[in-house]
Amino acid sequence: MAELETEAVGVMMGGPALGGFSKEKLAELLKQMLLYRRFEEKAEEAYAIGKIGGFCHLHIGQEAAAAGCILPLRQDDYVIGSYREHTQALAKGLSPEAVMSELYGNATGASGGMGGSMHIFGADSGFLGGNGIVGAQAPLALGTAFAIRYRGSDQVCVCFLGDAAVNQGAFHESMNMASIWNLPVIYVVENNAYGMGTKFSRMSATEMVKKASAHGVTASVVDGQDVMATYAHFAHLVESVRQGAGAQFVDVECYRFKGHSMSDPVSGTYRSKEEVDDRKENADPIKLLRDRMFSADLLTGEELEAIDKEVRATVGAAVDFAEAAPEPEVETLYQNVYSEINSHGRLFFDGRGK
Amino acid sequence: MEEGQVVRWLKSEGDRVANGDIIAEIETDKATMELTARGDGVLRIILVAEGGTAPVGDVIALIGTEDEDISEFQAASPVNGTGQSEGAAAPADAEVALGTSVAGEASAVAGETSAATGPTAGTESPSGDIGGRIKASPLARRLATESGVALSSMSGSGPAGRIVKRDVEAAIATGPATPVGAAPAVGTVAQVEAATPVGTAAPAEAAGGTAAPIAAPPFVPSGAEFDDVPLSQMRKTIARRLTESIGPVPHFFLTIEVDMGRAIEARSTINTMLEQEGHKVSLNDLIIRATAAALRRHPACNAHWMGDSIRRHNRVHIGVAVAVEGGLITPIIRDGDLKGVAHIAAEVRELAGRAREKRLQPEEYSGATFSISNLGMFGIHEFTAVINPPEAGILAVGGVEEVPVVEEGEVVIRNRMKMTMSCDHRVIDGALGAAFLATLKGMLEEPTAILT
Amino acid sequence: MAELTYRDALNQALAEEMERDGDVFLLGEEVAEYDGAYKVSKGLLDRFGVQRVVDTPISELGFAGLGVGAAMVGLRPVVEFMTFNFSILALDQVINSASKMRSMSGGQIGVPMVFRGPSGAALQLGAQHSHACETWYLHAPGVKVVTPSTPADAKGLLKAAIRDNDPVAFMEGELLYNVKGEVPDDDDFIIPLGVADLKREGGDVSIITHGSMAHVALHAAGQLAKEGIEADVLDLRSLRPLDVDAILATVAKTNRAVYLEEGWPYVGVGAQIVAIIMEEAFDDLDAPVLRVTQADVPMPYNKKLETWAKPGAARVVEACKKVLYV
Repeated sequence: MAELETEAVGVMMGGPALGGFSKEKLAELLKQMLLYRRFEEKAEEAYAIGKIGGFCHLHIGQEAAAAGCILPLRQDDYVIGSYREHTQALAKGLSPEAVMSELYGNATGASGGMGGSMHIFGADSGFLGGNGIVGAQAPLALGTAFAIRYRGSDQVCVCFLGDAAVNQGAFHESMNMASIWNLPVIYVVENNAYGMGTKFSRMSATEMVKKASAHGVTASVVDGQDVMATYAHFAHLVESVRQGAGAQFVDVECYRFKGHSMSDPVSGTYRSKEEVDDRKENADPIKLLRDRMFSADLLTGEELEAIDKEVRATVGAAVDFAEAAPEPEVETLYQNVYSEINSHGRLFFDGRGK
Repeated sequence: MEEGQVVRWLKSEGDRVANGDIIAEIETDKATMELTARGDGVLRIILVAEGGTAPVGDVIALIGTEDEDISEFQAASPVNGTGQSEGAAAPADAEVALGTSVAGEASAVAGETSAATGPTAGTESPSGDIGGRIKASPLARRLATESGVALSSMSGSGPAGRIVKRDVEAAIATGPATPVGAAPAVGTVAQVEAATPVGTAAPAEAAGGTAAPIAAPPFVPSGAEFDDVPLSQMRKTIARRLTESIGPVPHFFLTIEVDMGRAIEARSTINTMLEQEGHKVSLNDLIIRATAAALRRHPACNAHWMGDSIRRHNRVHIGVAVAVEGGLITPIIRDGDLKGVAHIAAEVRELAGRAREKRLQPEEYSGATFSISNLGMFGIHEFTAVINPPEAGILAVGGVEEVPVVEEGEVVIRNRMKMTMSCDHRVIDGALGAAFLATLKGMLEEPTAILT
Repeated sequence: MAELTYRDALNQALAEEMERDGDVFLLGEEVAEYDGAYKVSKGLLDRFGVQRVVDTPISELGFAGLGVGAAMVGLRPVVEFMTFNFSILALDQVINSASKMRSMSGGQIGVPMVFRGPSGAALQLGAQHSHACETWYLHAPGVKVVTPSTPADAKGLLKAAIRDNDPVAFMEGELLYNVKGEVPDDDDFIIPLGVADLKREGGDVSIITHGSMAHVALHAAGQLAKEGIEADVLDLRSLRPLDVDAILATVAKTNRAVYLEEGWPYVGVGAQIVAIIMEEAFDDLDAPVLRVTQADVPMPYNKKLETWAKPGAARVVEACKKVLYV
């Protein structure tokens, strides 16, 4: 079994442009994060004017975690997340149109309008959904990793959890089985220190990485606001898992700039305004990368503006697409509950379905 | 408890008894009770033998000293067990277990087995009727509708008088005539008076060989068979209160006297005309024809009580009571208002004949909208008949009599006939029935009115 | 035809399906090295290896979810619950993941898997081990539920369930494993889901039931026959999809029905069947449809009380007579 390792991955690694990353790579990371940021901002607007209903959990402030953990993956690797998943879906390869349409509930949405914000699926991209039940994704990821091993493949499965999910029984059962069977699953805790309105330290008797060590799973910690550090860490980790390193646990320390959901205040209740403002000023992952690139002369103001403009146009187009898209037909309600309508017997008992 | 029956004597005449001894078993309407001796002595005489009954308070035996004078008691004839038991059984147990059938008074009196009537449960009427609503299983309702036999004519053998499948099947099997005889089990007054009308309605006057067939009406009536009229509040109230006072079908009776002079002339004329063709009509055929015409003018009388509505029939089918061995049956003359008298006469003759041979098909004796019963042949002046549910009326026709009447100050002899109409008060009120009878009288007193 | 025990019929079905399709694998507590708590998986480890016959820790929620996650990417797991009583721990994965996955994903991701194990009471096992669990699985659309009562039904239906592309809850009977019966020895004996079986033909009254209670129903029918009452016994076999036509046909024939089930009455399986009969066969009914169920209490340990609490043949006979008005 893997020994306990805690490793704070450093920033400077040396290399072509900056920290082992080429200029192009850095520009790509920046653009991706900007895309996520602008997308979430648009989602926020749309929700505020009633275009998006139900729950909407924004990822603003945690873009580096999405980019850094997912962009190193292959298309045939799997990602299973929680409900704070819009950006993860984009990172894994779903189009902004598909994701925005899903938020709007239209037939062109990633889940055909049936899932909504918390249940975005893209089977072709290996994005196996968001989950509304905290921690329920852990056994699912376990099963997907089991299937990878069963087939003798070198795919990996990355499972995103919030910091509060590590107290669920399902999480521990999954960590235990992933450990005994050495499965290719990476449990990533996006540790923004607050489970909804509750500080992690109030709800856990031990520190985060101990959750892994209790099960003999290799643990690591990374600064989730630093996209370069996160990306580098994951690129390395995923490779080792492909080589058979077995189950992993990563504590990605990050911070969300908005409330838990659209119904939750940004600050003033369980987080002070000072704290939030400070983070927004000093720990914004986009600002951090931008500033680094500026310092290393890898980016100009005009280039940044151009990237932002392009990204805004992409998001704008996605919104237009979603606005114009048709809603799903009532018949679809009954079409995808079962794989087919059985040739024998009745499946639905509302007098309306077959 | 009003009376008891001696089930068993545990002591015999002459036996010594002591205070507290059980000397007999008496059956009450609830259970069999032990009779305890209240005194010492000798059981001198038993006045009510085993199987016998006596009202509460009557002396059934004597305990006395050996040599007491009991001559006054010896004079009374002992109540015989065997003779009384049938009568004793009659005041039936008020509590009836599910599925047992109560013979009821009617069986002994009328000599009919009322197969259609099931047990009466508690104090509810046999048809499970509660406040106007009939309890029947969904299947029973469907079968009743399909067969055209009204639920109101049936008794329910299910819990709380629910009409169930077997009740409907029984009702269908015995046909609509049986409810007339079955009604007695409920104890309506009318039945006791009417007994079972056993007369034939159609006087088979002419022996007449095979006559030339009469052509059927040239057109077939079209349109809805009937319209259902929902009940108004007043109608509901009338129905409920009158049912409570009389029984399931609240009858009332209207009698009218008709001068049959012109009718007799008309018959004579018609028969002369038909002589060559070998047909003959009777007064009753004329009455049937006139009644049908009158019903056309008074559609409210050509109706059925359906329980939750009144069904006004748009066609007139007259049921004609025919006595058959063991009872009676009412073959139907369909569309009586569209057929000529000669046609009616031939049909009545044919149906009555097959009726007596018990060869009628169910559709030939069910589905009447109104019925006529004629006992004139038997010398009956007037009588009251019982309505065949779900019909709302029935006409009882008496014989034509030559009676003296006063006309313009002079005593003359006229042919008079009495008709009594029984009306279901839930459907037909007095004025309505009277108006109908007035029309009918008018038609019989001047038969050319039928042509109008 | 071969005579097999219910247990062996299940074992054969598993072996045949695992042989036929390499994506089928079995997991659960004690299924591999112990040969299964009820020996249903006997010999399978030797035949198919550790990859495909997997012993799990006691983590019902975890390994049920494992099954779902594996099915989501195309494997065909058979998850054994030692008894369905324990599956209640796993219901979040069954209901929130398995039943809803295909719908939530807009049809992209299905969950072709089987949850199987014994459901219902045995003898004096006490309240927590005697639960009949059908209703938990029936309530959520997206899951199928199958309850075989005989060895032939067990084999044919398990093979069909494994091949089904939806999550199927396959509920066996603890007291049925030793029951013997004729099983067709076709190469590929399948009974499709959604087809009921008229196990006895009568005409006077319909006894409709499912699972191990089919045997109680047949026993009751035998008692009734001695009194000249001939009952139809309809074994539903499949509760979802449900053979509604068979139910309506028997009620149309006899005009009266009794539903017999092992579980509790309130919102039980029978409550749904009665609703269907009332809605769709109203005019065929000569009597209300009655239900015979477990007493509405947790199962007691005491033997006499347990027998009293369970629905037995005597109660079925009584109910049949009530609907016959005899």
